[in-house]
Amino acid sequence: MSKFKKKKSGELPAVNTASLPDIVFMLLFFFMVATVMRQNTLMIDNKLPFADQVEKLDRKELVMYIYAGKPSSRYTQKFGSEARIQLNDKFADVKDIQKFIYAERETKREELIPYLTTALKVDVETNMGLVSDIKQELRKAEALKINYTTRIGEVAKNN
Amino acid sequence: MAKRSAPEVNAGSMADIAFLLLIFFLVTTTIETDRGISRKLPPIQDEDVVPPVIKQKNIFTVIVNRNNDLLVEDQVMQLGELRKAAMDFLDNGGGVGEDGCSYCKGARDPQASDNPKKAIISLVNDRQTEYRTYISVQNELVAAYNELRNREANRLFGMDYTEMEAKYNDPNYKGNKDKMGEQIDQVKEMFPQLLSEAEPKGS
Repeated sequence: MSKFKKKKSGELPAVNTASLPDIVFMLLFFFMVATVMRQNTLMIDNKLPFADQVEKLDRKELVMYIYAGKPSSRYTQKFGSEARIQLNDKFADVKDIQKFIYAERETKREELIPYLTTALKVDVETNMGLVSDIKQELRKAEALKINYTTRIGEVAKNN
Repeated sequence: MAKRSAPEVNAGSMADIAFLLLIFFLVTTTIETDRGISRKLPPIQDEDVVPPVIKQKNIFTVIVNRNNDLLVEDQVMQLGELRKAAMDFLDNGGGVGEDGCSYCKGARDPQASDNPKKAIISLVNDRQTEYRTYISVQNELVAAYNELRNREANRLFGMDYTEMEAKYNDPNYKGNKDKMGEQIDQVKEMFPQLLSEAEPKGS
């Protein structure tokens, strides 16, 4: 009898997890390589619209970012719910844009300045009034190349 | 003395450490969206420059009001129809003689644009218009130009215009870039993007 019992008592062998670190490291390296650290902490809601006639912005170092949208929920008490502009890490006024552009230009090599593009990352719910104020300031600063950053998709998804 | 083997380092927590790092990178990662509609703003003009006179039939007016309604040539229109309407207008080629357009395939209606080189799309927004509507309209208008340019590029060079441009801007492209640039300019000249934006109305 004991013979039979012994045979039955064989437990399930544990799953070998020795290769688990390898798998995790593989994922880790993928994300490390694919990661672009966010340059700016967004203080606004920034839901971009959809569009499909898009061009790629290739050289990241030649892009200046201007954000606009409603202050996100934790800032609404302080800054209200009216759409605002964000430059770098701060809320800004329309009249700060020219200064911002000049400051950005200072940091770039001179021969690259004509290739600078301004990327407008504007929330879908923003009114055009603010956007055209931004555009007017950019014209004054002679930063004429702009790019309306969008997500890729059918326009019908915007509504 | 008994033979003592060196104790093995316990690697059991390696997975935990790797997971910790992985989660950190997962959280901080934003797959950046760096694509969009590129536009060029017009430079600021002197006040005393007299704007050139443009025939009314060469202007295609698109108005977006504060309720995000679309008004094209004084007709209410749905967004889905805008691309077709803009293409019909640009491709009309109603001119004769010097203003004629040999490659246009449009209706040649004398009441619409003479020539794509003269046809201007004028976009007027209200200050209360939502950005999403603006982008949708912009996208449709750019799409109208791109479709017409694609058609001509396919006829002349057997390739889409958008594809040509992508290749031209690709630093790793091996082909003849100068020739490609010339071809792009040629197509651009056939359908120049004359998209004028007025200062928004209203407050």
